[in-house]
Amino acid sequence: MAWIIAIVIVGLLVIWYVSIYNGLVQIRTHVQESWSQIDVQLKRRNDLIPNLVSTAKGYATYEKSTLQKVVELRNQLTAVPAGDRQQTMEVSNELSGTLRSLFAVAENYPDLKANTQFTNLMEELTNTENKIAYSRQLYNSTVASLNMRVQSFPSNLVANIHHFAMEKYLEVPAEEKATPKVSFDDLNTK
Amino acid sequence: MLYEQIAMNKRRTGYVMAGFGLLVLAVGAALGDVFWASWSAGVVGAAIVTAVYMVLMISNSTNVIMSMNHGQEITQEDQAPQLWHLIEDMAMVGQVPMPRVFIINDASPNAFATGNDPAHSAVAVTTGLLERLNREELEGVIGHEVSHIRNYDIRLQTIALALAAAIGFLVNFASNWFWWGGARRRDDDDDQGSAGNVIGLVISVVLLILAPLAASIAQMALSRNREYLADAASVELTRNPQGLISALEKIDDSQPMQAADPNSSALYIGDPFKKKRKLGDLFATHPPIADRIARLEKM
Repeated sequence: MAWIIAIVIVGLLVIWYVSIYNGLVQIRTHVQESWSQIDVQLKRRNDLIPNLVSTAKGYATYEKSTLQKVVELRNQLTAVPAGDRQQTMEVSNELSGTLRSLFAVAENYPDLKANTQFTNLMEELTNTENKIAYSRQLYNSTVASLNMRVQSFPSNLVANIHHFAMEKYLEVPAEEKATPKVSFDDLNTK
Repeated sequence: MLYEQIAMNKRRTGYVMAGFGLLVLAVGAALGDVFWASWSAGVVGAAIVTAVYMVLMISNSTNVIMSMNHGQEITQEDQAPQLWHLIEDMAMVGQVPMPRVFIINDASPNAFATGNDPAHSAVAVTTGLLERLNREELEGVIGHEVSHIRNYDIRLQTIALALAAAIGFLVNFASNWFWWGGARRRDDDDDQGSAGNVIGLVISVVLLILAPLAASIAQMALSRNREYLADAASVELTRNPQGLISALEKIDDSQPMQAADPNSSALYIGDPFKKKRKLGDLFATHPPIADRIARLEKM
């Protein structure tokens, strides 16, 4: 009798252990998946930028220096080592800000706004920007639930044994929802 | 909080089905009593009619509701890029599969969602909505509709709509029969009906008159609370209450819709017929917009 009870207890412990382990694996996969969602959008944006530059280039006075900065940041983004999520997002945030200011000044160029190719690109890029922001939101919430499991008892025991580590949140830029500040000085003097 | 809401909605769907089911059977009994002097035949008949109706409606609800509201499906992103992208965004952040997308040719800005569950859902918006709202406002509205999908409000509404339609069908059938042939029992009875029979007849007729009313009151009550919830859930997705607030203002400040089906009015984000209502009106499908905006402003 005592044997049977012992076997049942051990069996239950094994099942419990395995289910906690599997839960941790599952959530770690979710974190990776949500990162790759961000990554897809970043790549898409990188592909769109050359089109943007070649379309806007024809409008001679249109924010030459800003366009140049966009291209620089894009190249910088592709140069970031693949695993470095924090740095990738830092450069990406800067690129988002520059693109936003570029679109804001587009209001002052009626010719450019009438160009359907440009307005299509603007929609595509805005779409990508939004998807980056939303997939970052999703990433952070999955990271939050991973971190909670890694820290809380008893799943932290299993996490320690199998080296499940906490992940860092992706920081949301402070100016995210604020209106971009763009200077028109250099346009007026030319 | 969301999971509790989903569980509560699934439970509520059960209550609604049970309540409506009883109402349908009562209508059937009344019909049978008036026309065949046999309430049990009426109950069986009503059960069969409703079962057929439910199966037809639920197996094909999205298409039925969309055609009742003159929605045209779009299947390609480039037919309405901005709308398509926003629905993609909200589906992604709400973690539901991409719904089907429909456009209703109507100048009044409005939108609704329908379907049986998140994997079989659809969102419809009017051309007026696309013309008048900017991107942020549109995002708020789409967030609201995707929240209806996530909360299983769409299933609750589909079933309520199907049952209300079945009751409407039975009552219509009864009133046509009444005018064309008159009630058979009265012809055969040689005016010898006892007092008990007369009372039964009166109850039956009253029931037939009141049933559609009861069905619509229940449907409206269900819909009102879900609107507040979907507004809040939309802001949870977009993190931008201002977009939805100014969208609601624009939806409120417009002419009534032409293309909307009266039975589906509870589905829309704003009352499509703009009926003037008093606060707390039993038949209001929607809470007053000012009230919704006030709640959003507190966020």
